Amino acid sequence: MSTDVLVPFDEAISRYDPVMGLEIHIELNTATKMFCGCPTEFGAEPNTQVCPVCLALPGALPVVNAKAVESAIRMGLALNCSIAEWCRFARKNYFYPDMPKNFQTSQYDEPIAHDGWVEVEVEGETFRIEIERAHMEEDTGKALHVGGSTGRIHGADFSLVDYNRAGIPLIEIVTRTIEVPPEKAPAVARAYVSYVRDLIGGLGVSDVRMDQGSLRADVNLSLKPKGSDVLGTRSETKNVNSFRSVERAVRFEISRHAGILDAGGTVVQETRHFQEDTGTTLSGREKSDADDYRYFPEPDLAPVSPSREWVEELRATLPEPPAVRRARLQNDWGFSDLDMRDTIGAGALDLIVATVEAGTTPQAAKKWWLGEMARRANETGRDLDALGITPAQVAEIQGLIDAKRINDKLARSVFDGVIAGEGTPEEVVVSRKLEVVSDDGALGAAVDRAIEGDPDAAAKIRSGNLGVAGALIGAVMKEMRGQADAGRVRELILEKLS
Amino acid sequence: MSEPVTGISREDVVHLAGLARIDLSDAELDHLATELPAILEHVASVQEAAGADVPAMSHPVPVDNVFRDDVVRPSLSPEDALAAAPASDQQRFLVPKILGES
Repeated sequence: MSTDVLVPFDEAISRYDPVMGLEIHIELNTATKMFCGCPTEFGAEPNTQVCPVCLALPGALPVVNAKAVESAIRMGLALNCSIAEWCRFARKNYFYPDMPKNFQTSQYDEPIAHDGWVEVEVEGETFRIEIERAHMEEDTGKALHVGGSTGRIHGADFSLVDYNRAGIPLIEIVTRTIEVPPEKAPAVARAYVSYVRDLIGGLGVSDVRMDQGSLRADVNLSLKPKGSDVLGTRSETKNVNSFRSVERAVRFEISRHAGILDAGGTVVQETRHFQEDTGTTLSGREKSDADDYRYFPEPDLAPVSPSREWVEELRATLPEPPAVRRARLQNDWGFSDLDMRDTIGAGALDLIVATVEAGTTPQAAKKWWLGEMARRANETGRDLDALGITPAQVAEIQGLIDAKRINDKLARSVFDGVIAGEGTPEEVVVSRKLEVVSDDGALGAAVDRAIEGDPDAAAKIRSGNLGVAGALIGAVMKEMRGQADAGRVRELILEKLS
Repeated sequence: MSEPVTGISREDVVHLAGLARIDLSDAELDHLATELPAILEHVASVQEAAGADVPAMSHPVPVDNVFRDDVVRPSLSPEDALAAAPASDQQRFLVPKILGES
């Protein structure tokens, strides 16, 4: 149970300045694992993608995946990092059954990429985020906790472990401390994670899906009293699975830390777990002896020394920098600065790109993603790309509207159906009987009834007052249960009353 | 990563044993508290032989960039993977209750 005393955010930031650090783990989309040839398919049956190397059977010898190193270097370059001329892997020793080796192969004081930066934009203002390092490591297995109460670790009787994910290449990107105007901190944290998602997604080295865990963010936060330069004790919040959660986690931790400090208490250095349903964080475990990882160089793996020629070759493969790309897209699409800001803020840039590529106009793509889809995302607390609808499907629905087979109102019902898994937009239109009535016979009869039902409005239209046509159109649409082309209805009314 | 260890107390041995999850008796701790410093001293003589101008090595031979192509190789069958597990359930390794959070 949480007994946190929370200080309202605005009050907290009037007395304290937050200091943040963000760690992002990105699973690479290589065909095979970091150190063995096992496949990396998401969602495979348990323990079907394991071998002597990733199960740590005696005598197995790991060998580095060249593609993973290439991806790591490209990511480092995209983050404006220097690429190490020589670096090694290290063993991070700990006992936890998510790694069968009793250590995780990672990098310690010799990361492959270091000292970079990115610039993110929040409400038109640019913030520079310094990158301390990006290093290569491997993902862990997945444990299912059985017995006890709810499948959480507390109270579990035993755990069932699937090692399919153990050994999948992971890049961890670590920022230096981030200090921005306190009221901007939650939005800057979100913008940074969103920016990195777009940047790395653009490289094609990862699926960068927060909802599937291929991009995971940890939020480190501490507070210092205004005017002080003494850093407070930090908490590390894990399990932050959406952009929105990043923002909420920062807000919550600021309120929680302020509550502790106000009461004269001390913040405990600990891991905390973000709770999606309540927007709060719960204590995981305190830092202890178990964090003495006794790193040492991995003797089974040779050092990595990327030649400068290779690094420059890879630099040449980088796509245009995000700022250049955004300027180009804004120009191509004819978006205003505000449109562009909203698009980026909503994490909709790539979705609109894909929708436009599928044949929709930029304006229509923006309308759906920043309107209908953004509303649904807010209501369900999900990110736009986790709604269960793809850019291609949005484009198909817009195509149905353009062909006058459905209207905007019916489109919402099509979205409902597609998201509910009822099939393609075309299938949903058919199964939900959503097609607009374009048959003039049926429409004409409905128009006649509407005119009979409202002789007053009809008389006004006859005498040239077209402003009241809306009342008759409304009556027809109601009778047709919305399944009519309003433009055609208007034409029919005016024809009949001319 | 490799600061020279100058000495090792009984406390240190207790700490290390804890980290390594090795349950040592008092007698064993006493024994190791005298033996480990002797071993470290021995190793320290190697450090004396190599001057400050000799970089530390992590591998006996200079070999870099041993890579493998990103090509899938067959994995074990789940049956083989789980064959040596003391216990399994639902095609997963069954491990004892985990104490402390991850």
